[in-house]
Amino acid sequence: MRDVAIIGVKTTRFGENWDVSLRDTITEAGVGALEDARVTGEEIDAIIVGNMSGGQFIEQEHIGALIADYAGLAKELHVPATRVEAACASGGLALRQGIHAVASGLEDIVVAAGVEKMTDISSTSASTALAAAADREWEGIMGATFPGLYAMIARLHMHKYGTTSEQLAQVAVKNHANGVHNPIAQYRNKISVEDVLRSIMVADPLHIFDCSPITDGASAVILAPADIAHKYTDTPIYVKATSQASDTIALHDRKDITTLAASVEAGKRAFKMAKLTPNDIDLVEVHDCFTIAEICAIEDLGFVKKGEGGKFTEEGNTAIGGKIPVNTSGGLKACGHPVGATGIKQAVEIVEQLRGDAGKRQVDGAEIGMTHNVGGSGATAVVHIFSRDR
Amino acid sequence: MITMSVPRFWRKQVARYNLIGTHCTNCKTYYYPPRNMCPKCRRDGKLENFKFSGKGEILTYTVIHTAAEGFEKQTPYVLGIVKLEEGPSLTSQIVADPEDMKIGMKVRPVFRKLGESSEKGMIYYGTKFVPE
Ligand SMILES: CC(C)(COP(=O)(O)OP(=O)(O)OC[C@H]1O[C@@H](n2cnc3c(N)ncnc32)[C@H](O)[C@@H]1OP(=O)(O)O)[C@@H](O)C(=O)NCCC(=O)NCCS
Ligand SMILES: [Zn+2]
Repeated sequence: MRDVAIIGVKTTRFGENWDVSLRDTITEAGVGALEDARVTGEEIDAIIVGNMSGGQFIEQEHIGALIADYAGLAKELHVPATRVEAACASGGLALRQGIHAVASGLEDIVVAAGVEKMTDISSTSASTALAAAADREWEGIMGATFPGLYAMIARLHMHKYGTTSEQLAQVAVKNHANGVHNPIAQYRNKISVEDVLRSIMVADPLHIFDCSPITDGASAVILAPADIAHKYTDTPIYVKATSQASDTIALHDRKDITTLAASVEAGKRAFKMAKLTPNDIDLVEVHDCFTIAEICAIEDLGFVKKGEGGKFTEEGNTAIGGKIPVNTSGGLKACGHPVGATGIKQAVEIVEQLRGDAGKRQVDGAEIGMTHNVGGSGATAVVHIFSRDR
Repeated sequence: MITMSVPRFWRKQVARYNLIGTHCTNCKTYYYPPRNMCPKCRRDGKLENFKFSGKGEILTYTVIHTAAEGFEKQTPYVLGIVKLEEGPSLTSQIVADPEDMKIGMKVRPVFRKLGESSEKGMIYYGTKFVPE
């Protein structure tokens, strides 16, 4: 197996981008990442793209070929393009598949990208499309929504561990504060705990400000064998670990509703592969599709004991400058959550941080960063660890 | 409606109407919804149909204010995870005043309309739960 490096990155503006189509937004991300890596089209061996549901959101499948075509890589160069799907973890999965391809020695230069175009349909239809990431036949048919499923996790977490609505709200407050300094973020406004608690209830105890929004956007990274990375960039960022784990599709079948066992397992596998522990990580992008999801994530990945995530957050430990900065990009909450793109965007944020290019969001002296991307209510988790040093 | 074709719904209609799941006689585990393979024993499992008593308790719940498509007229509605006395858990609506909901409270099943699809003119029935 070969070591793999990221040599180029780009995330487009996240938001309600009525002026751009799926093919435009992913082309912008891909071209931006290639320019960043100074790679030419002729050098590309493969494209892997994460996309949850072009079929439901824009009635377009065969996204891989579409992207290769509009990136100018199909008609003459015939670059292979593969779409992968694991609901909201599709992006993380695309990255992982790209790493596999390069590490195996089969491919050298691989574009790993993610894209979702969610706002061409009504937000009710978008919610229904997202609900397909849960068990349609035994959750959806009963009236379950995604906020509803995470609300049930939150309710039990509060009951078992005394987590409060204020602590949940603090996740959103912190992520909005980070989003202010991220030029591509969907929301760049500060909010207060009171704003969250006063916002409308979506699924009790989760308010609208406890939820990630519906978002358009794309993100891409360029992967290369570590041995040749310096040919392209002075600051390659090395992949130290890639891991993935599965759990039951339905929330009700889990051993413990408040633990995403797939996150626990993927986290352990990643730490083992990188020969690192949570103490070695300087910053982490976790899957905060809802505020409770960030609390569970920092517990499940081992940054804090189970049940103590709320208190840990309230004390400021997860803010920039805290013990372990979480979601410096603004997270899914403030940066936005174009589901297929999120896993790649998380990696782009870590790369920018490790390069020292994160501006006002910069975590001082960041050397090692981690990403955590979840599909559905926790049926898939994908974790990566990146480092400045090989 | 979170749409579902007639055959797709009908295929598991008995399970939905009568809380029929499966029981593995090899490892003695009960499953609802029904499964074709025992996830514990895999190929060594021996599954037979099993009718659940429907008695259970609330493991967790939420009150949904922003509904999924087809459920808009029902808001706010209570959705819960019910742990059946035989072991497995399921997701269902709880027909109760949100104010009365408590984790750990005992519930029993009732046969109710789940929803209807206006396009398809189909009414879906199934099992909901009410406080004991
Ligand atoms: C929470 C949710 C239901 C809100 O949708 P909605 O009620 O249709 O909201 P609207 O689109 O009508 O937006 C109303 C306003 O609230 C804002 N808004 C919507 N969602 C928001 C959010 N999550 N955070 C902050 N503001 C939000 C909108 O910008 C809009 O503001 P404006 O009136 O100033 O333009 C929707 O964002 C949602 O389903 N989020 C979860 C997404 C999800 O499940 N992702 C997958 C997770 S695994
Ligand atoms: Zn068995």
